[in-house]
Amino acid sequence: MTAVDIAGSVRSGQRAARDVVAEHITRTEQREAEIHAFTLVLADEARRAADDIDATVARGDDPGPLAGVPIAVKDNLCTRGTPTTCGSRILEGWRPPYTATCVERILAAGGIVVGKANCDEFAMGSSTENSAFGPTRNPHDPTRVPGGSSGGSAAAVASGFAALALGSDTGGSIRQPAALCGVVGVKPTYGLVSRYGLIAFASSLDQVGPFAATVADAALLLDVIAGPDPLDSTSTREAVPALTPVLGAGVDGLRVGIVEELTDVDGIQAEVRAAIDAAAGALEGAGATVERVSVPSSRYALSAYYLIAPAEASSNLARYDGVRYGLRVDAEDVATMNARTREAGFGPEVKRRIMLGTYALSAGYYDAYYAKAQRVRTLLLRDFARVYERCDVLLAPTSPTVAFPFGAKTADPLAMYLSDVCTIPTNLAGHPGMSVPFGSGEGGLPVGVQVLAPALGEAVMFRVAAALEATAP
Amino acid sequence: MSERITRSDVEHVARLARLALTDDEITRFTDELGHILEHAADLATLDLDGVEPTAHPLPLTNVMRPDEIRPPLPRDEVLAEAPSVEDGRFRVPRILDAP
Repeated sequence: MTAVDIAGSVRSGQRAARDVVAEHITRTEQREAEIHAFTLVLADEARRAADDIDATVARGDDPGPLAGVPIAVKDNLCTRGTPTTCGSRILEGWRPPYTATCVERILAAGGIVVGKANCDEFAMGSSTENSAFGPTRNPHDPTRVPGGSSGGSAAAVASGFAALALGSDTGGSIRQPAALCGVVGVKPTYGLVSRYGLIAFASSLDQVGPFAATVADAALLLDVIAGPDPLDSTSTREAVPALTPVLGAGVDGLRVGIVEELTDVDGIQAEVRAAIDAAAGALEGAGATVERVSVPSSRYALSAYYLIAPAEASSNLARYDGVRYGLRVDAEDVATMNARTREAGFGPEVKRRIMLGTYALSAGYYDAYYAKAQRVRTLLLRDFARVYERCDVLLAPTSPTVAFPFGAKTADPLAMYLSDVCTIPTNLAGHPGMSVPFGSGEGGLPVGVQVLAPALGEAVMFRVAAALEATAP
Repeated sequence: MSERITRSDVEHVARLARLALTDDEITRFTDELGHILEHAADLATLDLDGVEPTAHPLPLTNVMRPDEIRPPLPRDEVLAEAPSVEDGRFRVPRILDAP
């Protein structure tokens, strides 16, 4: 049952939220030991919240557009009084004193949080293998990764543990796991969704967004969480138009570009290539025009990203110093306490990125690395601006491959980073992008096609996504 | 771009980042960071003269809000999560005259 159907039937009193939640908890109990989508399952809390929703309906009031919908929340989003780990030992057991704005909004809309979803530590990774609490397994093949960093959110939706999920996407962390788990994942325009209460990784790139089984469900959740927030000065200034009404508008007359550089990447699997061609064909069949386009500087996006994101992370993660919250390893003096706490609390990938970022920002290297990467970001914005003069949306693979086996890329950080080669340019530009399931590849595993749009182009992006969903093989 | 990162560079950066890395970690990071930075060297081939840096995707500067008093985080709830507290404040090891 889709989130749209659940909310509709709960609001109208046809179904009890309690029954909806019970079904999802039952599925979770049956398979969570195998999948490990959650760092924390909130079964009792979810049942109580469902009773409140049912009482609201019984009184004749409307609980809101997400009435009774079970939702998984990535564990890098703060939930007041409920442990929030960010997949890290350094925050194990920490209970935040406030709740993220996007979570407040889903609660206010009648949504029910059923658990905190597992993720790579501090959202750094592409497989959830970097979670300090163990990896999540792909529901389509438990010997393979679900993608990452929001792997738990993707797996929760794909397993039917939750109808919707929240994730965060800094370089592909919503779209890539969505593709690998066969669900819809949306990285909105930078600033569309408040980052208040999202534990910061790279602040100029981070963005919260939805996971869903269908495009309409993703629109339902994004419509609830999008919009200005006085607590995030980078959030959009103006109210944003709803996406749900545009889903059926079709693609007749739209101009679609296939990004050459992102489609011809090294190591792309033949089935993934074929899915792009098939998706383009489907859109042409529905009245769109399709051409191949070039975004030349996107070839340098991965290099720029792996300087910019670690640089911002090294600064953001300075706050984990053993003073105010989280882990402390005691020592005689404060500097040694800081260093021992961080050594004990952070995993290898987080340390690697802190080291890389600190180096890229350090005296003598700033101009060679960080300043260059920022200039590449300008080139990328220019290239996209040029392409969007002739195209309404762009198509690209989400991930060059289907889900890969555990351990396949853990020995080589660069190989893991290359999983994000198709998603990273969007984050550097601040643009929206979404992954839609489109056919299958090696081993019958899901393949995702990525739709990209210019800043605040969510409406046209969702129209194209809806058309792809309607024609997906 | 630059010379390959050395073991002593890694030790220096670890001090800047306040990470008490083990010998094994220093060895591994020297190798891995070198490898990653080698990949980043492709940026050196680009002509970036006259290209302005982009620090942020939005053209925002100095976002202002009304100067109104709002309730702060609940003090007891915040202190309850601290590793060590004394007299309603965060307690830390010695800072001055540290060895």
